[in-house]
Amino acid sequence: MDNPYIPYQVNILEAWYETPGERCIKTFKVTFADDKVWDNWNHLPGQCAMVGIPGVGESMFCISSSPTEEGFLRFSIMIMGKTTTALHELEAGDSFYLRGPLGNNFPLDEWKGKNIVTIGGGIGQAPLRPVIQWVRDNRDDYGELELIYGARSSADHCFKVEFEDIDQSDDCACHLSIDVEEEEWPHFVGFVPTLLMEVAPSPENAIAVTCGPPIMIKFVLENLEKLGFKPDQVYTTLENRMKCGIGKCGRCNVGHLYVCKDGPVFSYEQLKDIPEAFA
Amino acid sequence: MAVKKLSKEKIAEVLQELSKFRLIAPALSDDVVIFKEIQDPEEAYLDYGNSTVPPKKVVFPQTETLFRFQIGNPELTEKDVGEEGTTVIFGLRPCDARAMAIVDKLFRWDYDDPYYLKRRELVTLVGMACVEPPSINCFCTSVGGSPFGKEGLDLLLTDMGDEHYLVQALTEKGEKLQETLAPHLGDAGDKDESKVEELAKEAEGKILRSINPEGIPEKLPGLWDHGLWKEASASCLGCGICTFLCPTCHCFDIQDEVEESGEGRRARMWDSCMFSEYTVHASGHNPRPTRKERTRNRINHKYSYYPDRFDVIACVGCGRCINLCPVNIDILDILEQVVEA
Repeated sequence: MDNPYIPYQVNILEAWYETPGERCIKTFKVTFADDKVWDNWNHLPGQCAMVGIPGVGESMFCISSSPTEEGFLRFSIMIMGKTTTALHELEAGDSFYLRGPLGNNFPLDEWKGKNIVTIGGGIGQAPLRPVIQWVRDNRDDYGELELIYGARSSADHCFKVEFEDIDQSDDCACHLSIDVEEEEWPHFVGFVPTLLMEVAPSPENAIAVTCGPPIMIKFVLENLEKLGFKPDQVYTTLENRMKCGIGKCGRCNVGHLYVCKDGPVFSYEQLKDIPEAFA
Repeated sequence: MAVKKLSKEKIAEVLQELSKFRLIAPALSDDVVIFKEIQDPEEAYLDYGNSTVPPKKVVFPQTETLFRFQIGNPELTEKDVGEEGTTVIFGLRPCDARAMAIVDKLFRWDYDDPYYLKRRELVTLVGMACVEPPSINCFCTSVGGSPFGKEGLDLLLTDMGDEHYLVQALTEKGEKLQETLAPHLGDAGDKDESKVEELAKEAEGKILRSINPEGIPEKLPGLWDHGLWKEASASCLGCGICTFLCPTCHCFDIQDEVEESGEGRRARMWDSCMFSEYTVHASGHNPRPTRKERTRNRINHKYSYYPDRFDVIACVGCGRCINLCPVNIDILDILEQVVEA
């Protein structure tokens, strides 16, 4: 990136809705309009991009595909404000723009040989998806892989098709939940932190990664501690309002850390003494 | 580096010579001193303390185009920075030059900011030493600066109290400019430099306000829940003047603007951590919901986070935030409470 403020154009290969409703989530599979961009593009799970449309604006989103999935990037975007509303109007064949990859990544190299459990809620699964994909694509490098995920209802589940595939596979244990009972729901009913205690993953040689709504994170962190996970075994991603994404514009800091540069991936060890981290 | 002398009578000649570049100098605008581009030496107003608005806008404009676009056309046109060419800021105070040196660290950190750095490259800073403190709220000596400070400056002029300014070149850029001005300059006397040192010492003694910042950066994180933040921000209006007029404040927003024709630009513009919108999420959640959190962030950013990352306090003690706060919030009073807490 010569000029880190100039975005690349990407073309939408496929677009589909993950969830319905007022706060619906749409996934975009995109490729760079200029093929040459791929030559210098390197991202790792956890990294983000500033996604936007000139004339509308830009917002920061995690890249929800793993670099092991070649030839495209994925973004799963919940409708929230001006930029996300404009993005949701786009279909396959349309374009938008992005700057990236930005921020740090999950330390997947350090995690080699360890058991990994991901604990996600709602759209919080978007940054966890590339972790799961990466581990499944480098299966021999890691120990057990366990996925815990919940949303309000089965309709609110992101990545349903992939979860079915994971559930049937033998390389990842899949534990799904919904908040309120539904007919024919074969999985757990209750909140994610409760499901976590049911599954009760062992902290032995393990890493827990959690992303989701703040209230879920709060109880997941408490429960992980009860299960014996140490703060340096627990990872999460933070989000804040961002403008530049490259540590200049000032607004995304939690304490002395810039979410855009020092994050979005943090260990709980880094965050536990920063009161603003979960503000 | 060379030391020369400039007769006060020749100041207009020098400004005339400098006006072959883009020349920014203190000037009056509605009775307020600002730094602005001048064509005519007569426009310069040299009987000033310091400008109300710092000259940071020369390198970090209040609004700046990042690129242009046309709706419907996928091409983005990058802004050609630096078309204004070589620029001289004449007469800025040492604190404001030092502020640029401090902010440089941020704009060079990891990602080079091409807009800021291009402007910085094009600008030569000609400082005017503060023989008298420009304001009763100056405290540069408390935060690593001095009324005769050289950090960030290319040339330093000192009013020798007689009919001359001493002109000290401090950098290569400064030497180059000094050469350009050579026909208007005379040789400095043997004792001039030692006289400058005396004047500097005198000037430091005239600074009225002070704080001992030692230990503040380390102490601040522990005062997160202290009552002082609520008290310090109780009268704050959230107007943001303390940040807009701060020479080290560098926060910006990015917005897209589109005209009816479909022509548009993405631009960045000064923003302020004292505004509620600054941190509000798309969901409506605001991690800094009240002025208490915003004031705490402003002080922490300057006196703890910035030193933590860049080894320097992001405050040069110019006193503008104290002088111009409409409700008399005083950063030194807040820091005093931090020290005593």
